Amino acid sequence: MTTVNSSEVLIDCQSVWKVFGDNAPAAIKAISERGLTKKEVLQEYNCVVGVSDANLQVRRGEIFCIMGLSGSGKSTLIRLLNRLIMPSLGKVLVKGRDIGSLKAADLRQMRARHIGMVFQSVALLPHRTVLENAAFGLEVQGIPLAERNRTAEMALAKVGLSDWLKRYPGELSGGMQQRVGLARAIASDPEIILMDEPFSALDPLIRRQLQDEFRQLTKDLGKSAVFITHDLDEAIRIGDRIAIMKDGLIIQVGTAEEIILKPADPYVAQFVAGISRLHLVKAHSVMTSVAEFQQACPGVDIRALLRTNPEADIDELITLTMMSDRDAVAVVDDDTIVGIVTPRGLLRSVSDGHTAELAHA
Amino acid sequence: MNGNIVISPGAWLAPAVDWLNLNFRPLFAFISYIIESTLGGINSVLLSMPPYALVALSVVFALVLANRRIAVLVALAMGFCYVAGLWEATVQTVTLVTISVVVSVAIAFPLGVVASRVRFVESALRPVLDIMQTVPPWVYLIPAVIIFSLGSVPAIIATVIYGVPPMLRLTTLAFKQVPKDLLELGQAIGATRRAILVKIELPAAMPTLLVGLNQCILLSLAMVVLAGLVGAGGLGAEVTRGLTRMEMGVGLRAGLAIVTVAIVLDRLSRGAIQRHRTSKAG
Repeated sequence: MTTVNSSEVLIDCQSVWKVFGDNAPAAIKAISERGLTKKEVLQEYNCVVGVSDANLQVRRGEIFCIMGLSGSGKSTLIRLLNRLIMPSLGKVLVKGRDIGSLKAADLRQMRARHIGMVFQSVALLPHRTVLENAAFGLEVQGIPLAERNRTAEMALAKVGLSDWLKRYPGELSGGMQQRVGLARAIASDPEIILMDEPFSALDPLIRRQLQDEFRQLTKDLGKSAVFITHDLDEAIRIGDRIAIMKDGLIIQVGTAEEIILKPADPYVAQFVAGISRLHLVKAHSVMTSVAEFQQACPGVDIRALLRTNPEADIDELITLTMMSDRDAVAVVDDDTIVGIVTPRGLLRSVSDGHTAELAHA
Repeated sequence: MNGNIVISPGAWLAPAVDWLNLNFRPLFAFISYIIESTLGGINSVLLSMPPYALVALSVVFALVLANRRIAVLVALAMGFCYVAGLWEATVQTVTLVTISVVVSVAIAFPLGVVASRVRFVESALRPVLDIMQTVPPWVYLIPAVIIFSLGSVPAIIATVIYGVPPMLRLTTLAFKQVPKDLLELGQAIGATRRAILVKIELPAAMPTLLVGLNQCILLSLAMVVLAGLVGAGGLGAEVTRGLTRMEMGVGLRAGLAIVTVAIVLDRLSRGAIQRHRTSKAG
C-alpha cells in the first residue's frame, strides 16, 4: 500500500433510496414521511425499490466490494455513485460534493476526472483500435492526440497489452477486452474506479488472474474502487471491506473476516458457509487470552513458545503448531504476548458452526 | 343502396391544394427555382464533360467507396448507357436521384434520430410514413404537379416523399439498436451529448444507416423513372415515350439502362456497407 490517508472518505452514501415505477414520487413521499418498507411500497404503490436506505462510506485507497445476487440492487447502487441513476431520496457525496446537485457540466467533469467505470459487458467501441479505445475517455475530455495516446499506451502497458495497440476489440479474448476496459478507466487517472461485475463473464482461471492483477494494480496506483460482484469468493479475494446486499438492502458491511466470523443474519451465514477460512481468519480472532491459557495449562512457560503476529492466518498458525514441540503458539504484538493460539482454538476456527449444531442434535 | 354514403377526402383536399397554390405561390416558386437551378447546374457540369472523363471519375469514385470489381461494373454499365444512345438521359436520371436522395436524407435523418429518442414522435410519425409508403405514387404526383407544374420539380418532390420513409424508419432502428452499455459508457466518462452522438451512436448505427441509404436510393430511382410521366426528363421520359408511341425498342433500351443504373447504385452503396463492416473487423 502506498502512503494514503486512509481515513478520508471519498464516497459517502447517506440513506440513499432508488424507487422505480410510475408512482415513484408518491412512494418516495410515503417512505420519507411514514418510513415504509420495501414490501409495503410494492403493495401500496406498485413501485419496485431498487435500493433501500443504503449507507456506506468508501475510504481513500480502499477496495470496497458490494456482493449480492442478481436483483439485489447492487448494479443500481453502483450507478447511483456516479449518477448514471439519480437517487430518489438521500444523498451521495463524492469527495464531499453532493453529486445530486451538480450541474450537467460539473457532473461531466466529475465523471471524467474523478470516477472511472468498468462494465460487465466491457463496452468497447468495435470500430476503434485498442489504443483508441483506451484513449477514448481522454479524447472526450479534449486532450490532444499525442498526449492522450501516450497516456493510453502507459495505461495499456500497466495491464500488459502493449503489443496489441493497433488491434481491434473483436480480435481480443474476453479477458484481454476487459483489460482494455480497465486501461481506459485508469487512463483518465481517476481517484475512484467503479467496477460493475467486470469479471463475471470470464472463465474461472482468467478471472482469478485478473482479480489478483486488479487488486495489485489498484493498490500500486493508490486508487479506491467499488467492486460489484455476485461471487463471495471474488469479494473476499479483492475487497478490503465487503457489503452484502439483499433485496435492495445492505445487510452487512465489514471485512471478510468479520463477515465470516460474525454473519449478521442467516442469509449471510448461508453464504459464508462454504468459504474456506484458512487465509481469512487471523490469529487475533482465534487466540485465547494469556490468563485463560495459564489457567488451563499452568505448567507451560509462555515465553518459550514459538511466536507469531496477530495478522498471521490460520494456515500459518497450523504450520507453526506443527513445527513446534508444544501445543501452543504465542501471539506477539509490540513485544508483548497478547494471546495464545491453541490447537483447540484452531480447530474451532476452521469449523463453520454447522458441525457444532450436528453434535448437539 | 349505400350510394349516399361516400367519403371523399378529395372534396376537401382539392380546395386545400388550391388554397396553398393561391396563397403560397412565391414560396413554391422559390423552392422550384432552387431545385431547378441546382439540377440544371449539376446536369450542365456533368454533360459538359466528355463521357469518358465522367466514366473515369465514376470508376475512381467506385474504387474509393467500394472495390475493384464494382469499379469494373460501373465502367461497363456506363459504357452500355453511352452505346445505347441514352447518355444524356442517364446523366439526368442519376442527377435527379442524387438530389432526391440528398433531400430525403436531410429530412429523414434528423427526424429519425428524434423518433428514436422520443416515443411520442415515433408513434406520431408511423401512420404518416405508412401513408407515404402505401399510397400509389401517382396520387401524390397530382398535387405536386398542381403546385409545381410539370417538370423535374414535382418529380423530385414526389420522389422525396417516397424516399423518406425507408431512410427514416431505418435511422430510427439504427439508433435504437445502439447498445445501451455504450451509451452508459459515454455518460460515465463524462462525454457531452454531442460527443456521444458523434463518437458512439453514429459509428454504431452506421451499418443500418447505410442499409437505409441503399433502400432510399433504389426507391428514389424507381420513383424518378415513374416521374417521367410528368415530364421529369431522363430515362423515365424515354420509357414514357416508348409507352405512348408503343415503340418496343425505345422502351426496352430505356428499361435496360434503368436496370444498369439500379445495379450500379445498389452495388456502390452495398460496397460501402461491406467496406464498413470489414474495416470494423480489422
